[in-house]
Amino acid sequence: MTETSKPAAGKGAVARFLESDIYASFRSSPLAMAAAVIVLAMFVGAVLATLIAPYDPFDPAKVFLSDASLPPRWQDGGDPRFFLGTDDQGRDMFSAILYGLQVSLMVGGLGVALAALIGITLGLVAGYVGGRTDALIMRVADVQLTFPAILIALLIDGVVHSVFKGISRETSAIPVLVVSIGLSFWVQYARTVRSSTFVEKGKDYVSAARLVGLPAPVIMWRHVLPNVLGPVLIILTINLGLAVITEATLSFLGVGLPPTEPSLGTLIAIGNQYLFSGEWWIVAFPGATLAILVLSVNLLGDWLRDALNPKLR
Amino acid sequence: MTETPSFPEPVISVRNLVVEFATRRGPLRAIDGVSFTIGKGEVLGVVGESGAGKSVTGSAIIGLIDAPGRIAGGEVLLHGKRIDNLPAEEMRRLRGRKIGMIFQDPLTSLDPLFRVGDQLIETIRTHSDLSASAARERAIALLAEVGIPAPERRIDGYPHEFSGGMRQRVVIALALACEPDFVIADEPTTALDVSVQAQIIALLKRLCATRGTAVMLVTHDMGVIAEAADRVAVMYAGRIAEIGPVRDVVKHPLHPYAAGLMGAIPTLSSEADRLTQIPGAMPRLTNVPPGCAFNPRCARAFDRCCIERPEPALPSAALAAREHVASGHRVACHLYTAREDAR
Amino acid sequence: MLAFIIRRMMQSAGVLLAVTLIAFVMFRFVGDPVNQMVGIDTPQAEVAKIRESLGLNDPVIVQYGRFVWKALHFEFGISYQFRQPVTKLLAERMPATLELAFTAAGFALVVGILMGVYSALRRDSVVAKVFEAVSLVGVSLPTFLIGILLIYLFAVILGWLPSNGRGQVVRIGSWWTTGFLTSSGLRSLILPAITLGLFQMTLIMRLVRAEMLEVLRTDYIKFARARGLTARAINFGHALKNTLIPVITIAGLQLGSIIAFAIITETVFNWPGMGILFLQAVQNVDIPIMAAYLVMIGLIFVVINLVVDLLYGLVDPRLRMTMRR
Repeated sequence: MTETSKPAAGKGAVARFLESDIYASFRSSPLAMAAAVIVLAMFVGAVLATLIAPYDPFDPAKVFLSDASLPPRWQDGGDPRFFLGTDDQGRDMFSAILYGLQVSLMVGGLGVALAALIGITLGLVAGYVGGRTDALIMRVADVQLTFPAILIALLIDGVVHSVFKGISRETSAIPVLVVSIGLSFWVQYARTVRSSTFVEKGKDYVSAARLVGLPAPVIMWRHVLPNVLGPVLIILTINLGLAVITEATLSFLGVGLPPTEPSLGTLIAIGNQYLFSGEWWIVAFPGATLAILVLSVNLLGDWLRDALNPKLR
Repeated sequence: MTETPSFPEPVISVRNLVVEFATRRGPLRAIDGVSFTIGKGEVLGVVGESGAGKSVTGSAIIGLIDAPGRIAGGEVLLHGKRIDNLPAEEMRRLRGRKIGMIFQDPLTSLDPLFRVGDQLIETIRTHSDLSASAARERAIALLAEVGIPAPERRIDGYPHEFSGGMRQRVVIALALACEPDFVIADEPTTALDVSVQAQIIALLKRLCATRGTAVMLVTHDMGVIAEAADRVAVMYAGRIAEIGPVRDVVKHPLHPYAAGLMGAIPTLSSEADRLTQIPGAMPRLTNVPPGCAFNPRCARAFDRCCIERPEPALPSAALAAREHVASGHRVACHLYTAREDAR
Repeated sequence: MLAFIIRRMMQSAGVLLAVTLIAFVMFRFVGDPVNQMVGIDTPQAEVAKIRESLGLNDPVIVQYGRFVWKALHFEFGISYQFRQPVTKLLAERMPATLELAFTAAGFALVVGILMGVYSALRRDSVVAKVFEAVSLVGVSLPTFLIGILLIYLFAVILGWLPSNGRGQVVRIGSWWTTGFLTSSGLRSLILPAITLGLFQMTLIMRLVRAEMLEVLRTDYIKFARARGLTARAINFGHALKNTLIPVITIAGLQLGSIIAFAIITETVFNWPGMGILFLQAVQNVDIPIMAAYLVMIGLIFVVINLVVDLLYGLVDPRLRMTMRR
């Protein structure tokens, strides 16, 4: 901000972002822009689901079995009231997808946030403290890394449900899923942050901060962390896609969200039962929504990785 | 003063070479009108800061400029025949057989998964009809020649079993395996221990002298230049600032940049103070100033330097006499042509 | 070399011990084994007797030792759901899962490497762009969705391939069953194997591509080009060999996760393997099966890891050297 000759000087963070290389590379990548628009639209749709959705698919008073299994509007027998048709219980697919999106994104987002929190903290501690602490954390990470996230999530789910037997799936599903995802995905953050911390730790500014007598946690959060955020951001984006997939998979397998509070995965699981009877729309629309969401998030992640790491091109 | 060795047949000639790299913000000129020749058995040292275009020049000659880079102008001649426009397959046949190249880091120049001997034999057999056993004998002879002890045993070793200096000897053996007429040595000693550097330079010089190989020795080490080169070219921002017999350029640099590089002052100047460093930094290639590329950093720049680009030329006769300038010593600086204008 | 193997085996044993510890904690503390075995009306004395006979009153460390000892003999107790020995249940279903996993892994490896090498060498070609698009879709589509898609396309619409089960199987030896020997068995295998392998295939393709591009940028490839070697010798001699070494590691580990990922594919295709068994165990809190599955997956991972490491050493001369030391 001290360079007055630069046009960006004195402007806010937004203006500086608009003039940055990252934004330039964003503007020159139509795929990334399209992905960003889709992700944004889905986020808005999910957040405002209760306002946008034409029906409340979970209000028994407004769902009629007589409307069950109607095909999408443009097909023979379609009902103009239900744009994407209805499911086996007469629920409006479009509304159900919006609600499902909300649940999926919430679980995925919270899970990734938890994973990042655990991973960053452990990574900072391991990298900064070193020695035995580091060895212990990284050993645990190694062991865990040999097991796929979905398996860990399944185990955690199983254990939680056997420990808290009294709790119904309705109330416990979301916290259990978030914890499962959080505990399955932390390793990558920890490893990345740890190795960056090792590098940053050796630099002069950290030594200087130490000399001044700043406590270790302050140095870590205020000085080391900002320097390792680039890679973390990339992992965060890519992991959001993975987390949504994991949630959907668990729900599809029947250990995630129950049909009374369906996520996209649950909707797909329900629809899958009607695949052979020709009611393809019950599975196709939630499936397509999930696929497009994850694809867009991954496209953004890929682009972000390239933009932040021009060397990799 | 006229001790300039005569190298009658130029092995390699570079004329007005221009190399550009396509970038998001338009083409970037890494090499901008470079010309020189190297004769049989001659060693041309090329010095300059990193980014001055030394290595790119080498890559351009051997035809290994990768996209987004390309030769955008000028020509390269080997024994008088143009090679810069050859089809890829013909150029490949020249590489290794007629033109060899030695890279900077011997630790990374050799494929770690292949035995040293296999890499040598592979190279020899690519360019000749030798049988496997004959090629192996040739490989052993080469290793012996570059000073690898017990070559018949070491030939079956992997690169990681060799020390850095030994690996660079292997690299030299590989580059000279097919007796090329011209060798580009791109900072061949930078990555080595100081104690080993002199040995490698001496080895390179001896091998090339006995074979009459022309050498382009890229380096930023003036000591290496003084020791090994016959002539030296000083590069700055993709252009040649000064080129001439090594003793001349080192003792009597004319171009202010060359003078700065030699850590001496141009004797021409009356306000002669020691010039220990050159202020500023080389411009980014996206941002080379008009006129002389060195003008923003030059203490002796004047109006013309900022407008007109100086071409490498012989200094005016009067100057040449006063400055004891040897023949063949060219400099791209208006200081040495301005007087003629004034006349 | 021997010292290296021994050291690696010690590490593997350590990992396995950690895994069995988790399995033991689950087994012993999460689901009380006795509660599952007795009814509500079982008298207190009876419960105590069972407790004693199971050794649940011994010190925990002794119990853990016994658990490990039994695990070494593949004894994991009785399934709560099926009232049958867990080992027997797993053994019955193991052939189905392993045949599926190996077919999927073979498919992923062969196709993934071919596609990766191609798109690294011709990275501006249309085909490479198509591969890249396919790979992006491949990592973005959840496995179960791919399965559903394939079923809808090839089983429901086209009616070419079966959509569930293993088809006809042939018994080999005392317990192994194989679907490789009948045409219905082979046809049944196609869709699940593609579904299971697709994700790993895209991973391997991306890995090979990235690794190969990295290798093509190295000094030794530049030097090989400067020596005038043919493109063929450079790409398929030097570059490919250097590319495949790190790929071995990842691909090996992928095989392990394929077995675990089979849970999803087996569910979609109703494939009678261990994955479905484990999923049912999770849904019904059948702890002995969960514990056994965990230990088994851990064992598979560790063995694969070990084999990969040794293989790595055999291929890479640099490591052969360190291993000798």
